[in-house]
Amino acid sequence: MAATPGALTPAPTLDDLRGAGPRRRRELIVRLVFMAAASVSILISLLIILSLIGRAGAFLFQVDLGSLLERGWFPRRDLYGLPTIVAGTLVVAGIGMLVATPLGLGAAIYLSEYATPRVRRSLKPILEVLAGIPSVVLGYFAITVISPNVVQVVCTDATIFSMASAGIAVGILITPLVASVAEDALYAVPRSLREASYGLGARKRTTSLRIVFPAAVSGIVAALILGVSRAVGETMIVAIAAGSTGGALFEVNPCAGGQTMTAAMTALAIGSEQVRGSGLAFPSLFFVGLLLFAMTLALNLVADAYVRRVRKQI
Amino acid sequence: MATASGQMIDAREVVRQRLMGRRFELGGALFEGLLLAAVLVAFAILALLLGTVIVSGGPVIAERGVDFLTAPLASNPDTAGVGQGIFASVVLTVFVIIVAIPIGIGAAIYLEEYARDTTFTRLINTTVRNLAGVPAIVYGLLGVAFFVTIAEPLGNNGRNIYAGGLTLGVLVLPIVIITSAEALRAVPWTIREAAFGVGATRWEVVRSHVLPYAAPGIFTGTILTLARAFGETAPLLVVGAVAGSFRYTADNLFDQLSGPYSALPTIIFTWAKRPEVGFRANTAAAIIVLLVALLTVNAVAIYLRNRFERRW
Repeated sequence: MAATPGALTPAPTLDDLRGAGPRRRRELIVRLVFMAAASVSILISLLIILSLIGRAGAFLFQVDLGSLLERGWFPRRDLYGLPTIVAGTLVVAGIGMLVATPLGLGAAIYLSEYATPRVRRSLKPILEVLAGIPSVVLGYFAITVISPNVVQVVCTDATIFSMASAGIAVGILITPLVASVAEDALYAVPRSLREASYGLGARKRTTSLRIVFPAAVSGIVAALILGVSRAVGETMIVAIAAGSTGGALFEVNPCAGGQTMTAAMTALAIGSEQVRGSGLAFPSLFFVGLLLFAMTLALNLVADAYVRRVRKQI
Repeated sequence: MATASGQMIDAREVVRQRLMGRRFELGGALFEGLLLAAVLVAFAILALLLGTVIVSGGPVIAERGVDFLTAPLASNPDTAGVGQGIFASVVLTVFVIIVAIPIGIGAAIYLEEYARDTTFTRLINTTVRNLAGVPAIVYGLLGVAFFVTIAEPLGNNGRNIYAGGLTLGVLVLPIVIITSAEALRAVPWTIREAAFGVGATRWEVVRSHVLPYAAPGIFTGTILTLARAFGETAPLLVVGAVAGSFRYTADNLFDQLSGPYSALPTIIFTWAKRPEVGFRANTAAAIIVLLVALLTVNAVAIYLRNRFERRW
């Protein structure tokens, strides 16, 4: 239908603007496919929670609840003393934070406040390489370098397996994480605050510590909490260097070997052939896993709230 | 009078010197020194780590060369090699590429390009962030509970590479989503608006305008994610990678895939726990192989980022 000259072409209706049918259908299909991909993460979360709660519940029904509070972790003798592995986890994570807090925050303040852009550009990739070292490698480093050269010098009666050397290696592992999150927070502090401080005659050190640091404190707290969360969930370093395989006595002395939650899980998983007879060992793996999941989730949620506070302020 | 004027000149001179003079301040210098020391300690540790590994593992690689890279696991350190580990790690990486990358990039496109700010979208965003913080070993438990059961008909009671690959794929999925979403977010809105302006549909905008610009970022992020999966150990131990030695009984590829396996990092773990001196050196040599692979991948990713990155 060719329009006759002079006649008005009809105004386009909504249907004309909507586009052709096949094109619209393709749009809908593509949209649904992407939506399904995004929903996978919800499905995975549900599966994790389901798999943990189901078997952890089965464990709680069968185990003598009083024995969970006793000291000592010996799955083969059906002794599941939670204080033992929680104490081990806290000792290792605590030592890790003692190492990572000064190193991580020091590096963060240096990179954000003192380093020239050129130095910053060349130092940051090295920190990224350190962040990319697999934890199993740091476990090997703990028993071959940290134990003989650091831990056994301080604790003369220590073997190469100790919570101290595992803790130091965990600290090295989380230093880049703490440094990079804290540096982001410091770097995001507006320049005007620094200039105001210099304008009042403050020195660089005073400006960094009294003005920039307090302004970024939410992000720095978030960095430290994320560090704790990573330290608590770290597995391979403690499985190699913390010193216990099957079971362990209650121990908080860093010079001695100990058992952490993650190391206990690894031991249960690898040794599952031998301990299968005791029946409870396999479900106990899921119970410890649920505990670990709950601890790290709580820490991550708190850190997330702090990070969001930083974003709101700026 | 003369003295007063002299004092005034003195005072002015003092103030001038205070403002202009570059005085050395000990406290400030010490503070800066301490901060620099924190950075240098981190690098010294990295150097010490690499040095130790090269000194104790280098001779093994130099002496045995290709034999170490291809030989199977064994109880004699002089003949044991990482051939099976390299094979399994490569296969696992392929699985991660198949499982995590399409779903991860698809999810990122949905979250950045399609989703409006609804409760559902916020739920997905929160879930992804929290999944990224779940300890790796917990993914191993998910693997034991579901993927090992799914993979059971394929052989070896489900303790096969399929279950391991699915577990690692799910483990890195949130990281793929987060890095891809960041790359998509970096593409300016004006690009999209220009495409919408000439009548493109949303998918056409994404396919021919957003994705080409975001591709280098997505690619780099994805490669770094694969590097992370390559070094992951704990979840594999939980889903049944062998922490000991074993032999391939079958010759064809499919049977090898459904049998026992041990990846490069799980071999490092197994050897690190062995008391023999020979295995100490072998552990270091295996770590060299792992780190060379990881550093190469990282270097490629950083090169691609610098080569193709676009500043708006």
